Amino acid sequence: MSDSLLSPVVDEDGAPFWEYAARGELRVQACAAPGCGELRFPPRPCCPRCQSFDSEWRLMSGRGRIWSYVLPHPPLLPAYAEQAPYNAVVVELTEAPRIRLVGNVVSGPEAALNSVDPGRLRIGTAVQAVFCPTDAGTTLVRWLLER
Amino acid sequence: MATLKDVTAIAGIGQTAFARQLPESEKVLACRAIIAALDDAGIAASEVDAFASYTMEETDEVEVAKAIGAGDVTFFSKVGYGGGGSCATIAHLAAAVATGQAGVGVAWRSRKRGSGPRPWKNTAVQLPAPAQWTRPYGLLRPSDEIGMLARRYMHEYGATRDHLFNVALACRNRANQNPDAMMYERPLTRDMYMTSRWISDPLCLFDNCLETDGALACVIVSAERARDCRQKPVYIHSVAQGLPAQHHGMVNYWNDDPLTGPAWTAARQLWKQADFGPDDVHVAQIYDAFTPLIPLSLEGYGFCGRGEGAAFTEGGALESGGRLPINTGGGGLSEAYVHGFNLINEGVKQLRGVSTAQVPDAATCLVTAGEGVPTSAVLLRS
Ligand SMILES: [Zn+2]
Repeated sequence: MSDSLLSPVVDEDGAPFWEYAARGELRVQACAAPGCGELRFPPRPCCPRCQSFDSEWRLMSGRGRIWSYVLPHPPLLPAYAEQAPYNAVVVELTEAPRIRLVGNVVSGPEAALNSVDPGRLRIGTAVQAVFCPTDAGTTLVRWLLER
Repeated sequence: MATLKDVTAIAGIGQTAFARQLPESEKVLACRAIIAALDDAGIAASEVDAFASYTMEETDEVEVAKAIGAGDVTFFSKVGYGGGGSCATIAHLAAAVATGQAGVGVAWRSRKRGSGPRPWKNTAVQLPAPAQWTRPYGLLRPSDEIGMLARRYMHEYGATRDHLFNVALACRNRANQNPDAMMYERPLTRDMYMTSRWISDPLCLFDNCLETDGALACVIVSAERARDCRQKPVYIHSVAQGLPAQHHGMVNYWNDDPLTGPAWTAARQLWKQADFGPDDVHVAQIYDAFTPLIPLSLEGYGFCGRGEGAAFTEGGALESGGRLPINTGGGGLSEAYVHGFNLINEGVKQLRGVSTAQVPDAATCLVTAGEGVPTSAVLLRS
């Protein structure tokens, strides 16, 4: 994958997400207070439901559905313009539909952003998470169409 | 309970020319707009003791106060979130004047977006921490971020590109009546819209606001003082800001219902303090950086029910003589995109009876700030 695409600028709250992604795991932050367990995304210091500061990172199946998508066209940053039009999607997780992740639907973990025919994208289409290491050392979560 | 209702008024408005490129700096443009607004009100610069602006404004109140010759300044504030801050500048000054913290307030926005730097050319400034969840995937520009909500909205409610065209056309038609508008002599047709290039499918070129150099300002004083000024007072009837629970900026994909945005929060507070409701609004200036913000805002501010905003645009409802004429100067889509400040000044013109697309006997006007980001709104009345 081209290293001229933007890499995540990771903050303290988000760091565990990216560390798990590098191991090929999609994990979402959850409240660790007894009797709560509320999932939250993006990650943050405390639970908006019970205000506990205790959290854990819960393993997800990586299955989801396309909630919406756009097809950006130039003008764009050069590395993105080269692959435009490509898709950017929001995926809602099957086991937690309120947890939605921005990503790209691709034909393989390290395939180009425009590697899937946009005609195959529909709201509601099932997708599966895959992991794409970048030259900058982070690992992006991307999505394959389920067959 | 004390309220701000009609206690303060907009006594003066000013603006520079609008163009893709103006030679003067943002600071010079800001000063020109502010001095024009003070002249319009007939108030000396030395009487100005309060300022409000956007956090994204590059010319700060220290520079402005010094340049125009303001007196001692006892109130100043800045509002964040880009176009979401426009009406809040008015709200802050109204509160300051109503509570005696200041006597003459000036709000302004000066911007060289037309000739200035483009956000998609500079990677360094656009990666604050929240961007780690969106930018690497090529969701780069506001148009991409709002396009995502727009496609979901179209899917859930059967909204079509024709509905978005209705919005673009209403704004363009009003701009074609306004000699100050950048698109004054540029009519829009359905064919032009449907065959224009994509920016972020489902949004095409004409779903996106203009890129403009220009500045605007207005002057806020007590209602009592305004009655002695040069112009007919335009009363600030109700104000509100809106930051909904679990909101996440323009990529608001993570709360329970991303299609009910900050407009809903601002609207509840706005109407709670008002003597009238949406059915009594004669003309509206609704923030239109992107066409889908109009149906979303029509729903949020209560002009129609949830999911009915697209259908509301049918049958010329947004045009002059329609159910709710909007953006009568041309709006951000066709007059100028100066982070929504032109919508405030156009609201004032309507209530003075001097708009180039005057709604007959307009006595009430809603002005809104950017939907999708933490927002603000103001109800004006004559
Ligand atoms: Zn909790």
